[in-house]
Amino acid sequence: MADWYTNFANSGFGTTVTKQLGLPRPGVLRRYEPGGPLLEGPAVVGSAGQGRLRDTVTAVLKDAGVAVVSPVAADGDAAGEKFGAVVLDATGVTGPADLAAAHAFLAPAVKRLRANGRVVILTDPPSAADSPAQAAARQAVDGLTRSIGKELRDGSTANALYVPEGAESAVAGPLTFFLSGRSAYVDGQGVTLSAADVPAAQDAAKPLAGKVVVVTGAARGIGASIADVMARDGAHVVAVDIPAAGDSLAAVANRIGGTALQLDITAADAPQRLVEHLRERHGGVDVIVHNAGITRDKLLVNMDAARWNSVMAVNLQAQLDITQALLDGDVLNPGARVVCVSSQSGIAGNRGQTNYAASKAGVIGMVRAWAPAFAERGATINAVAPGFIVTEMTAKMPFGTREVGARLNSLQQGGLPVDVAETIAWLAQPTSAGVNGQTVRVCGQSLLGA
Amino acid sequence: MADTAKPRRTAAIVGGNRIPFARSNSAYAQASNQDMLTATLDGLVARFGLQGEQVGEVVAGAVLKHSRDFNLTRESVLGSTLAATTPAYDVQQACGTGLEAAVLVANKIALGQIESGIAGGVDTTSDAPLAVGDDLRRVLISLNNARTMGDRLKALAKIRPGQLVPDMPRNSEPRTGLAMGDHQAITAEEWGIGREEQDELAARSHHNMAAAYDRGFFDDLVTPFLGLARDNNLRPDSTAEKLAKLKPVFGRGEGATMTAGNSTPLTDGASAVLLASDEWAAAKGLPVLAHLVDAQTAAVDYVHGGEGLLMAPAYAMPVMLARNGLTLQDFDFYEIHEAFASTVLSTLKAWEDPAFCKDKLGLDAPLGSIDRSKLNVNGSSLAAGHPFAATGGRIVASLAKMLHEAGPGKRGLISICAAGGQGVVAILES
Repeated sequence: MADWYTNFANSGFGTTVTKQLGLPRPGVLRRYEPGGPLLEGPAVVGSAGQGRLRDTVTAVLKDAGVAVVSPVAADGDAAGEKFGAVVLDATGVTGPADLAAAHAFLAPAVKRLRANGRVVILTDPPSAADSPAQAAARQAVDGLTRSIGKELRDGSTANALYVPEGAESAVAGPLTFFLSGRSAYVDGQGVTLSAADVPAAQDAAKPLAGKVVVVTGAARGIGASIADVMARDGAHVVAVDIPAAGDSLAAVANRIGGTALQLDITAADAPQRLVEHLRERHGGVDVIVHNAGITRDKLLVNMDAARWNSVMAVNLQAQLDITQALLDGDVLNPGARVVCVSSQSGIAGNRGQTNYAASKAGVIGMVRAWAPAFAERGATINAVAPGFIVTEMTAKMPFGTREVGARLNSLQQGGLPVDVAETIAWLAQPTSAGVNGQTVRVCGQSLLGA
Repeated sequence: MADTAKPRRTAAIVGGNRIPFARSNSAYAQASNQDMLTATLDGLVARFGLQGEQVGEVVAGAVLKHSRDFNLTRESVLGSTLAATTPAYDVQQACGTGLEAAVLVANKIALGQIESGIAGGVDTTSDAPLAVGDDLRRVLISLNNARTMGDRLKALAKIRPGQLVPDMPRNSEPRTGLAMGDHQAITAEEWGIGREEQDELAARSHHNMAAAYDRGFFDDLVTPFLGLARDNNLRPDSTAEKLAKLKPVFGRGEGATMTAGNSTPLTDGASAVLLASDEWAAAKGLPVLAHLVDAQTAAVDYVHGGEGLLMAPAYAMPVMLARNGLTLQDFDFYEIHEAFASTVLSTLKAWEDPAFCKDKLGLDAPLGSIDRSKLNVNGSSLAAGHPFAATGGRIVASLAKMLHEAGPGKRGLISICAAGGQGVVAILES
């Protein structure tokens, strides 16, 4: 499912050409397949300072059937066995001096990382440090992770997990996500965990079994892909889209054994109608994915009120109103998950998209502000911010713009709708309880807004 | 009631689906009956999560059928996402087909023979069947039966140019040769139905339906098809003044009142309704919008008996009301199919007329008038159009939703006239 250039660059002739000309060489990304292994090789786990998560990390790997090898094996011998993942526990760093150990472990280990490998670094949030030196060392992990992400090739990624005291039980789910093919297009990101009541385990094959999941904008594109992945993971999907898209919506619902709900989410009574539908038909809801969104691009000076207002109504106000109605209507089941779709434009801004970028930045502010209230009821609210995702919409872009846009990231290719869907489905999982108020970029470590 | 000994189980109406109706030879010009019925079933399946489900029975029909449509409903089920083990059969009662199908499904549910069922109807006047004339048909059959080349050539030699003109399906009564509109023009004149009141009824139908679309009433009743999201016959800006400018197309001379604006156009479309026992709906977590309480058919002798072709519902109504101990005024909503505006008006006038009610219906007192503000409140066939067999399903699903919105214990009445001098009426209750 890679794009034409990725296919070319990985062909025999293409390999020669791209290498000699110094052209981008995107790897064919390893994507999640049910029943497949977590990693394609053994994992090596190391520490910087006296960390507290090494046993947790090792247990996660072993539970998933991954062989864990000693850091001694990370000898920099490129001819030796290749690693599927390199995991560093940096929760013990007290100052910059401890980072030397991080370097000493990572350099030889990363040298032996195989294609589509994973680097994950765990540390504490810098904000909770005891001293400026400790905060500096923890913050240094951010720059370290991002730079490794930019150095890695062939579909490999590097991400960071910030684990505060008390959130140790929340590590397994997010760590598994970053190691697995589900995070294929998530690169150079940091996710901060929080203490939460996290279930010890979930059904690995069907983590969403028995869950009722609402997906707005589900008739096509990323929304349809979200519906597919949710259903694959065991959920009953209530697929929502505007009435005019009802025929493709019905096709999505019938493909995945879900149900179709034709609803204009910007209608004044839409939140109430959704609440009543969920109460009457399902007795509540476990997950809602606010995916519906529109663009009405114009330079600010040329933008009329209609363009501004319609984008705000669909992309931001509807997310606020519907979420509030679900809270007020008391239809959110215990452990509920709200996942909001933001955008790279909401982080980096984009010429011609003042309305869109403002709405998508607003989403990031919304989830951050709502997170404590959700945590109190054992629920979470998060956002994902897709970067360049190959859809029908991008297929209509001019060739040059599209090809350049697709390469401006560490993975040197555009993502697929399924990459966004996998990240959203991960946030919806029971073991993601410790991820709250976060915005996770699905952008292949895009250069924009990084 | 006749049999009050034990409470009878009545079928629940869970919901419905239809595709937007399209004027003949427009959006659905290339769609077959099977295409439209299959899409409609799939939309219903998506709405209620019935993928792979074996419902008790699917009953539907079409008025205009190709010979290839001999097992139309079953073939549509096989093409849908319902379980392939779902039985199905076709019915046909002209414009009464859709409602009759619902009654048949409801009766089996009431008897406990099935727990769930889908009733529907479909019609295309665009992809209409053409038949060869009887002369040519006989030649072709003998050609098919010929065993030698000589016999075949002999059979072929019997073909004459005149036989090559196909038999077009006509919207006319076989026994009178009159178009349905011409029949109704006679009735309208007999009952003294004026042009102005017909145009007003037509304009109100358009306004009511446009408003219903605007407030999202049809969001869970309609699924778009082939690029159409709303009925393309709908004219939200229609007015009685604009309609008054149209020339009459049925009837003759000064007294002619029926125009293309106050008569339904030829239309393509399909509809389906999901019915079930209360227990089946509850087990599936599906809503019960209303129950189909009772129904009645009637037929009139329009050939020799001097009654109007479309007046049969007027006869069916008192029978059903008496059986249920109800009066014509005991209803919160009235759905009288607008085959023509004058059909609705002549039927209402007949129920108000002491002489008609006494002489023709054998009643001591007239059934009386109804509160017109309760009539076709979300528009009817003049606005939506009228794909013959699909109209019943449209009305049943819409009325059930209206009753559900109005709250428990509300009653709705359906009256549908049909070709051949027939009529079907039914009571729904929330």
